[in-house]
This record gives sequence, structure tokens and C-alpha cells, in this order.
Amino acid sequence: MAKLPTPQELVANRPAFPAEAWLETKPKFVPGSYCYPAKKETMEALHMPHPHEWDPAADDWQLPENWEKILCDAFEDRLKKHRSLKLFMDICVRCGACADKCQFFLGTNDPKNMPVLRAELLRSLYRRDYSMLGKILGKKIGARSWDYQTVKELFFYAYQCTECRRCSLFCPYGIDTAEITAIVRELLHEVGLGLHWIMDPVKNCSYTGNHLGIKPHSYVEIVEMLADDCEDIVGVRPKTPFNERGHEILFICPSGDVFADPGIYTFMGYLILFNELDLDYTLSTYASEGGNFGSFVSFNMAKKLNAKMYEEAQRLGCKWILGGECGHMWRVINQYMDTYNGPTPSNMTTPVSPYTGTVFKNAASTKMVHIAEFEADLIRHNKLKLDPSRNDDLICTWHDSCNPARGMGLLDEPRYVLKHVVNHFYEMPENTIREQTFCCGAGSGLNTEEIMELRMRSGMPRGNALRYVQQKYGVNRMACCCAIDRATLPPLADYWAPGVTISGLTELVANALVCKGEHKRTVNLRQEDLPHLDEEEPEGNEGE
Amino acid sequence: MLNSLLVVALVAIIAWLGAAIGLGSLFGVVLPYVAIVVFLGGVVWRMVWWAKSPVPFAIPTTGGQEKSLDFIKQAQWDCPDTTLGVVKRMFLEVFLFRSLFRNVNAEIKQDDPVNGGPRLIYYSSKWLWVFALLFHYCFFIVFFRHFRFFVDPVPGCVSFMEMIDGFLQIGAPRFYLTGGLLLVAVLFLIGRRLVNPRVRYISLTQDYFPLFLILGIVVSGIAMRYFLKTDITQVKAFVMGLVHFNPISADGIDPIFFVHVCLVSTLLIYFPFSKLTHMAGIFFSPTRNLPCNTRRVRHVNPWNPPKDFLTYPEYEDLYREAMAGANLPLDKPLEAETKQKSGE
Repeated sequence: MAKLPTPQELVANRPAFPAEAWLETKPKFVPGSYCYPAKKETMEALHMPHPHEWDPAADDWQLPENWEKILCDAFEDRLKKHRSLKLFMDICVRCGACADKCQFFLGTNDPKNMPVLRAELLRSLYRRDYSMLGKILGKKIGARSWDYQTVKELFFYAYQCTECRRCSLFCPYGIDTAEITAIVRELLHEVGLGLHWIMDPVKNCSYTGNHLGIKPHSYVEIVEMLADDCEDIVGVRPKTPFNERGHEILFICPSGDVFADPGIYTFMGYLILFNELDLDYTLSTYASEGGNFGSFVSFNMAKKLNAKMYEEAQRLGCKWILGGECGHMWRVINQYMDTYNGPTPSNMTTPVSPYTGTVFKNAASTKMVHIAEFEADLIRHNKLKLDPSRNDDLICTWHDSCNPARGMGLLDEPRYVLKHVVNHFYEMPENTIREQTFCCGAGSGLNTEEIMELRMRSGMPRGNALRYVQQKYGVNRMACCCAIDRATLPPLADYWAPGVTISGLTELVANALVCKGEHKRTVNLRQEDLPHLDEEEPEGNEGE
Repeated sequence: MLNSLLVVALVAIIAWLGAAIGLGSLFGVVLPYVAIVVFLGGVVWRMVWWAKSPVPFAIPTTGGQEKSLDFIKQAQWDCPDTTLGVVKRMFLEVFLFRSLFRNVNAEIKQDDPVNGGPRLIYYSSKWLWVFALLFHYCFFIVFFRHFRFFVDPVPGCVSFMEMIDGFLQIGAPRFYLTGGLLLVAVLFLIGRRLVNPRVRYISLTQDYFPLFLILGIVVSGIAMRYFLKTDITQVKAFVMGLVHFNPISADGIDPIFFVHVCLVSTLLIYFPFSKLTHMAGIFFSPTRNLPCNTRRVRHVNPWNPPKDFLTYPEYEDLYREAMAGANLPLDKPLEAETKQKSGE
């Protein structure tokens, strides 16, 4: 990987707008500007159209001979299937309100990263085929024909968008670039263009149940190891039920939590919490993936990967599903799952917390509850004994992940939990949090090493906001509820705000959670010394 | 940009010349009828074209806290979960441009003292919102005031609106505030497209065209009323003729009137085939017009394809031995399988 420029250089060397109009400029495919293409075998295994080897930097992308017809037909098909697409092609007035809302634009100053122009890349093609004037006047009114360069351009910019929907919040008509990007990606897949970093996890998930391709026995092994660690830290070994029938709850989290630092601490947090609650639940090696890289490919692929959840809940006879901390997983669950794979199996019922009796009416149909909702409800009803001082070494801030924020509205539940498990909490500036949050800059399958500089650029708004609270309040921990964040934010923090570490919410909950039968806790889940250890035990001197 | 200006100027000149050589009935009678038919038919056609495609997924943009637990306060306006809530959200969106109101301007400061390096700073930026509101409301009021020409006797609400609009009591005929403000707002919208480098870069011919068209309409209207002082009684008689499908002779009416009518007709004809359909489109926008209750109520996709995925039995077939090795419960035990095989 090429050496990264310093943050100052990175900001200073953003190029000015080109002199030519945007219809005249073409992207340059130089290493670092694009992600590696999907392998032919992977695409074949998934029965994707036109699997082939190709190189984005090459002139010839080896498209099928009739690629233009394939793309035109696919576009027409998508227009017929999605009212949103027709509408978003028609009603944009190019007011420019979305322009500086996009982190890719802010970080690169590439005009085609303004959401309006990103959509205009497709709109220009729409104009030629679906408007009278476009046919006659062509380029004069921003209409153009499909050509090889256009396909390349669509590819370039469809993978410089994380589908975070920040622009859609500011658009006076709610034009959602995520929808446009998702459809452009679908179109490109029709001629065999996809990313390795997306398609490999999709293939894994199709065949092993999770993105990382962890086979059932390895999955069990890893979880047992994490349970051993929990025992060392807490003094109680949490239960690890797998694929068991007859439990009330099926728990599904992103597989990144089982596998990757710092997600594993969040997973340990789940285990410790569930054990303390004596939760009637099971894990599944089959439905061992909450995340859904299929949603970065096509609607149908998302449906395919998502189908395992209800299938497994039905087989195991679970009443409802508890979902772990993951961003795009929750976009799919909250807005797509029920439509894709519902109605739910007959054994499932509206989720009820076994401890508080709270009926999660907001999940009455999908029957899936977010762990932050579940935890917030427990804390509200005093069902957890918490000692937030165990997190006193942490000065926290909260990163709203784009999908739970703008595709779900999960904003205050995690904050409620966080404020009860840590003593030091500071918000980042108001234009960078809650529904206006900036994403990590590498979601939607862009969390790959080869585009690290681009990721640091798109991560600039988040990085700057983090840096701000780090400098101002001494923040040293950014918590979030997204597995992609837990993978992408550590390098982002190292670059923009060195010294800040990243964690999930439940890791912090489990640090603070006083468990029945625990030994004297000396280390946190990361096996780092707890704060206040060298202080004398108060022994009631303090007078509570 | 210049193209748009030229086209608008050309339309105006043609109308002027046409009226001057006695083609008033073409520009004053035929064209308005055609324009209204095209406008109404076109907008309906556009809406039908949108409506023909289904809304496969419920994708509202959640603009705030969702409805969840009792003690978590829902953002009722920006993340509504009921139909009434959606109506409220749409009301804010349509009448007050809620989303545009959020607008901020992001600027990078290279050496920020707090960050000790670059920092993005967000400045409140409500100008676009202010002028967009001003533009649309003034346009609406001006349009509404014109009913004094279409209806006889003039309805009370129109007269009332005229009274309010002319409250400054300047000049004769009295100066209507909205006319002036509309001119200012249009000039702002044009100016911002020319001055703001980002907006300039994204602007197309069809962004300037309606602005210049409306500018032409406003200017010709103002000229007619305040400067050329066109005979209003004569104009009203002529318009009433149109309204009653009994057109009268256009003789004697100042050509500026036909310029005005021709530009309005052009706008009406252009409307359904352009971005101006955002007026109807906003109501169709699935990120705004759907309730944020997607876990509570199932949204049905009419083209939902059949399920196609690796089922659990297939999965177990793939990994049965490994699963048995890891003591995972099996639906079809390993022994049964081996027995079956040896039995065959």
C-alpha cells in the first residue's frame, strides 16, 4: 500500500474542479482509486451473470459483446420495478443542497462525488432514452449515450458511495443516492462487474452461513475460546448454546464480532450479558451472519443471504430474534427483511422481554429486536447491576452508524445505554451525529485496504469531528454499534485522531456489568487493567 | 445558460411580433388552450408513469429517533410511524421545505486551533431555504391574484389577497409586494447558479431555462401593470372570453400581453416534461411519504421473487461430519447417514 499523505497534505492536495464540463471528464483508474474486481470462480459459484476475469486499470474490461443492450434492458427493468428510480431520475432540480453533505465529496473534491452528479451519471443515460428532448438535443441538455467510458465511470463512482443516505436527509425531495447507487451496482453486475471484497464474503455467506467463511466447527471453537476469555476476566464461564431447539430467542450478530478485534470484545460482551441474564437463547452456526454483503450487490442477493434468519428461527422453534450490533444488517432487517422473507414463520411471536415484560410493539411484524433496545429496556427497569466506574479510563463519544441512524432511527437507545455504563460521555459536533451523522467512509463493501487513502478522505468528516472532541474533552474511545465501523474506524482514528480506540456498545456494558458469582474484576474485556485498582477499597467509608 | 436565455428571448420576440402583425388570436387563444391541455394531460401522464412502477420496499429516511421504547422520545415530525404522522411530515416538507431547512455549509479550515490541523466547520446556511420559500409562495400568490381575470365577479378571497399584497400602498396602480419579491427571488436563484462554483458546475440548460422563463413572465407582467399600463378592462374581457370558451377579438390589446401569455403557455407546456414535475413528484417520494414503522407493519413487494438460498438441510449435508465432530446437534444424525450409505 502506498504511503498515506499527512492529514494536512490530504486536505491541501484535493484538486480544484476541472475546467471541462462533467460530461467531458473521465475517471482515471490508477491503483488506490478502485477496489479489486471479483474473481471469476466466485461469480460462477454465485451464478452471477457473465463471470469473467478483468482488470479495472486495463482499457478493455472484457464486457460481453451485447453489453449495451444488456444494460439498457436492465435499466428499463429496474425502472419498471422501482418507482423511486423513475422519480429520482425525473425530479431532481439540481439545487446543490446535497453537494457538501457527502463525505466522499468533502474528502476528494471530485465534483462527481457530489450526490447530484453521482445520480446525474445515470440520469444522463435516462434522458437519452426516456425524454423526448434528450433524444433530440443530446449533450446540450446533459443527455448521452451508453459507451464503454460511461460504464467505467458508473463503476468508479458507484463504489465511491457508501449508501449512507446523508444526502437524502438534506434533499428537499428525499432523493436517495443509496437507492441509485444500489441500482447502478445491480446494473453493473448484469455485465459481470463486481468487487472482490464484496463478492467473496457473499459467496462465503451463501455456503458457510457467514461472510468470513467460518465453518461450523471453527465457529464453535472460536466462540468457546472467547467464552474461556470471559471466564478468565469475570470468573464465570458463560454458556455457549449452539443450534439448540426450543429456546425462546435466536441471537444473530455480524460474524465480524466473532472474528475480528475489536469486535470480539463486543461478542464477549454479548456472552457475558446473556449469561448474567440466564437468557433462554441459542446461537446458530447456520445463521451465523447478521451482516449482509448481498445488500451491496443486489436486492435479490440481499434477500438470499437474509433468508437464513427466519429459516433458522423456524427450524429451532424460536419465538423471536435478538440482533447484535451491526449497521447495514439493521438497514436490511428494519426496512427489507420482512418484505423479502416475511411473513415470519408461525412459531414466532411479537418479542417480549422475559425480564421486564416490555412488549416490543415496534417489532411486531419483523419480530426482531436490536440489542441496544433490549439493553436500554433492561437498564430502565433496573435489571442490570452496573458499575460504570470500571469504564472510568474511557472518555467516550458515540458514533451513529449511518444505517441505524438514517435507515432505522436508532439514536437514543444506544445513548441511554452508554450513559449508564460510562461516566464520561461527550457528543461530537451536532452536524456530525444523530440523523446527520457521517459514516465511517468505508461501508457498503468499501472497507478494503487497497483504497486506504480514499477511505481516509471519505472518513475526513468523521475523523475531524472525532479529533475535535479528542482535543477538546480528551475523548479516547469512540463507541458504535456497527461491525463494519469496528473494522474501519480504528485505521480512521489512527489517521485522524491517533490515540482514540473503537468499541462496540455491549463491550462497555459487559465491562460495567456486575455479574452474579464474579471474582474481583481486575481487567476489562481487553485484558487491560481496570481503573481505580490501586485505590483503597472504600469499605463503606464513603457513606453512600 | 446563454442558450436558455436566447430561447426565452426568442419566444418573447416571436410573441411580440406575432401580436404586432395581428396573430393575437394565435398567441392569445390557441396557444393558451393548447398549453392548458398539455399541462394537465402531461402532469397526469407523468404521475401515471410513476405510479405504474410499484414501491417494492419501504425506505423512509429516518430523520430522527424512531418510535421504540416508552421512555425514548420519538422524533414525531421527522420519523413518523403513523399515517397522520406522515401527513404532518409531508406538510412540513411541502409547505415549509423541512429538509432544505437543515442545510448547512461545510467548510474546511486548514489549521484549526482546537484540532491542531484541518477541521470541517459547518455553518448554518438558510439562504437557499429562504429564497426557495419566497419564490414558491410569491409565485403562488401572484398566480392566485390572477384569478381576478378568470372569475367574474372577483371572489372576495382574491380581493382580500390583493389588499394584503398591496398593503404598502405605493404607486398607482398599487405595487404588489409579491411581484417584486418574486423578481428578487428569481434573480437570486439565477445568481446563485452563476456565482456558486459547485452549483454552476452542476447546472444544465434545463436548470436555467425555467428560471429565465419565469423571469420573462415576471418582467412582462410587471411591465404590463406598472409601466405600459395595459388596459385591464380590455384584458379581463378577453380572458373571460377564453374562460367561457367564447374567445373575443384580440384587437387593440398591447402586444406585451401576448408576450406574457406566450411565456406562461411555454412554461405550462414545458412543465410536464421537465424537472418542474417535482411539484407533483414530492408527493410520491418513498423516502418521505412512508411511515417509519417497517418492523411493525410488513410492506409487500409485488414482484418479490421466490426464495432461493442454502437451506438448513443442505447446509447440514455440507458440514455434517464437522458438525458432529464439534458436538453440534444434527437434524439427521451422522450414524443414520452412514448406515443409509452402507445399506445401499
